[in-house]
Amino acid sequence: MPLWFSDEEFRILRAVCDCLIPEDETPGAVSTGVPDYIDGLLGAFLVDPPRIWAGGPTSGRHGGEAAFARFHRLSRLDELAWRTRIEGSRGLPEREFNGPVVGLQERYRSGLAALGAEFCDLAPEDQDERLRRTGTHAFTAMVYEHCCEGMYGAPEYGGNRDGVGWQSIEFPGDVQPRGFSDAEVAGP
Amino acid sequence: MTVDAVIVGSGPGGATAADVLTRAGWTVVIVEKGRNHLLDPDDLSRPAADYSNDELKFIYRHFLGPDPLIEPRTFRRGEEEGDHAYVGEVNSIPTTVGGGGTHADGKVPRFREEDFRLLSTHGPVDGAEVADWPISYDDLEPYYAEAERSIGVAGEAGANPFAAWRSGPYPMPSGAPMYGAVLSSAAAVGVGLHPYAAPTAANSVPYDGRPACNNCGFCAFFGCPIHAKGDPVALLMRAMASGNAELLAETFVSRVCTDGRRATGVEVIGPDGATRRIDARYVVIAAGAVETPRLLLLSGIDHPLVGRNFMVHFQTFVIGILPERLHSHKGRAVTHVHDDAMIVDDAARAAAAEAGLPWIRGGLVEHGGPSLPVMEAKIYPWGAKHKSLMRSSPMRDRMWAFTMQGEDLPQLTNRVDLDPIVRDVRGFPVARITYRPHRHEIVASAHHAPRLVRVLEDMGATWTMISTSPLVEGQDRRGPLSAIPMSRHVMGTTRMGDDPRTSVVDSRGRLHEFDNVVVADSSVFVTSAGYGPTLTLVALAARAAASLVGESSPG
Repeated sequence: MPLWFSDEEFRILRAVCDCLIPEDETPGAVSTGVPDYIDGLLGAFLVDPPRIWAGGPTSGRHGGEAAFARFHRLSRLDELAWRTRIEGSRGLPEREFNGPVVGLQERYRSGLAALGAEFCDLAPEDQDERLRRTGTHAFTAMVYEHCCEGMYGAPEYGGNRDGVGWQSIEFPGDVQPRGFSDAEVAGP
Repeated sequence: MTVDAVIVGSGPGGATAADVLTRAGWTVVIVEKGRNHLLDPDDLSRPAADYSNDELKFIYRHFLGPDPLIEPRTFRRGEEEGDHAYVGEVNSIPTTVGGGGTHADGKVPRFREEDFRLLSTHGPVDGAEVADWPISYDDLEPYYAEAERSIGVAGEAGANPFAAWRSGPYPMPSGAPMYGAVLSSAAAVGVGLHPYAAPTAANSVPYDGRPACNNCGFCAFFGCPIHAKGDPVALLMRAMASGNAELLAETFVSRVCTDGRRATGVEVIGPDGATRRIDARYVVIAAGAVETPRLLLLSGIDHPLVGRNFMVHFQTFVIGILPERLHSHKGRAVTHVHDDAMIVDDAARAAAAEAGLPWIRGGLVEHGGPSLPVMEAKIYPWGAKHKSLMRSSPMRDRMWAFTMQGEDLPQLTNRVDLDPIVRDVRGFPVARITYRPHRHEIVASAHHAPRLVRVLEDMGATWTMISTSPLVEGQDRRGPLSAIPMSRHVMGTTRMGDDPRTSVVDSRGRLHEFDNVVVADSSVFVTSAGYGPTLTLVALAARAAASLVGESSPG
């Protein structure tokens, strides 16, 4: 169940993510949980504290406590900046001191609506062609950036499920407090 | 109540001033615009636990600030581009307790003797404000030594044949070399270069109550989760432990209050949005070479050179793809560097003459490799090839890069001033940067890059590329973003000198026009050398603060 998207929007989003980072011999965006990452970003303020900055100093994956799971509290200005980025300025004067800002939620909502439910039923090559079209290009670029974040960012943000994004590229992820030995650094 | 000094900014410069002044018994208030993620809020003399190996938090989500949505800057190459060509993130070093020190990877070289007397050593260059500093390397050497001890620097004296003299060894031996740097150093020696272990503010052994670096690899752009890095944490913890310092985070200094030739304090806006005054006998400004001139201009302190001669290193990137994996995510971000491109030798003189310049100097060349997978992923195209590219990793695990921090000559037209339109979240005009490199930088880059390509080829690179930041005009096809220098080494906007007509501050960092206002950051640099500015600005801040202590007793 998506946190912020409607079920229909989420279905289209999954199809888009599947085109952008498809599964091959290792998992792609969908099975890695990228749509959940994007849903978590757009719905960051539906949880408390908002899911913007994971805690520190350790995740528990290499020792230490699972502190990433304790998200930071935001200051008044942090919240203003992140609500503006996600929700848009919505005509609120305190968010529009340099003019209106279109939020991520609106960009996703209108981008997915423009693709429509029929996008899910297109053949893969037709889906690719739709995503490359001039009118869709900026939307595709934004979703791809978020796909990369959801594939290879810390699992606490909702993507990279069980670290499979990292495992598939043999990247260890966060390594505190273990770190690496001098020999591991200097040798092949 | 009047404090002895109010310090604007908690980065390496402000933290140094706070440390020197509180040790002399002065009472100080440190005012920091950003949040405190560095010190334990329950005991500010201890480190916090907020930093982590988290690429999203530090690279894409502005954890260390500034967030461009609430504190943007603007950029243009020149007046012909109108009020500005770009609004957003421009040369942003962190806005947070600890400032730029928190995200730096801690390479802290000293300048060399000739860097303080460029005009008398090499002569003038048309269109540039080349000048000697009012102080020499010898004047600064004791403060360099003190800076290396106070932040903790690992290095090997004598390893760099071009280095300036030093009064003693480094406080710590060098840490483990990156595997890629072992290979690139050997190849560099093969073409006659002189690589050496970079002087690095990351503990190679436990130091000053902080642990040794454990090689986690999240170094450049990240706060250190175990506080093994010589960011200003040691200086700030010591200042707070003295009992003489107060730290006001999330507090913006909107104005320096003045009365005749003296400052009386500062006006600040706190986290609740309320404005109040802090009265002080001295005002120390250490907000960085962009925000310091902005504050002076917001305060009506408008000496004609405030904001002028803005400098930032002209970066040349020479990158190669190797058949072999280099695992640059293990260890410090850069462990080896060489100074050869800083030397004006016969070949550099010939290249300069051919371009109609009297001389050229490049900069420190850093040997390093990329380590972050999200950054890598965004380089590749989407679609069927994404995963196989990520697995073979030509742009991360098999890439090696040389970055030359090219000397940027000072120019009057390169400047920081107040944007006429764009405001920050508190309603104040933001800093506008007007910048375009001098031809010197471009010629020096073109001269030195091919030799670095050869080093990569000798390492076994199967593909190489040369790029610069900013991109050379005419080669950029990516809009205004490519004109914005990526380097965070900002310098020069309140130039130091003896003559008030040609400089903003004197040799002790005091504003010529105000006896009790000190600039304690890289704004005072006369020229940019080709070395990261941190250690030099810490040494200058220590010297400026020592001059206050010598002049006045705590009130």
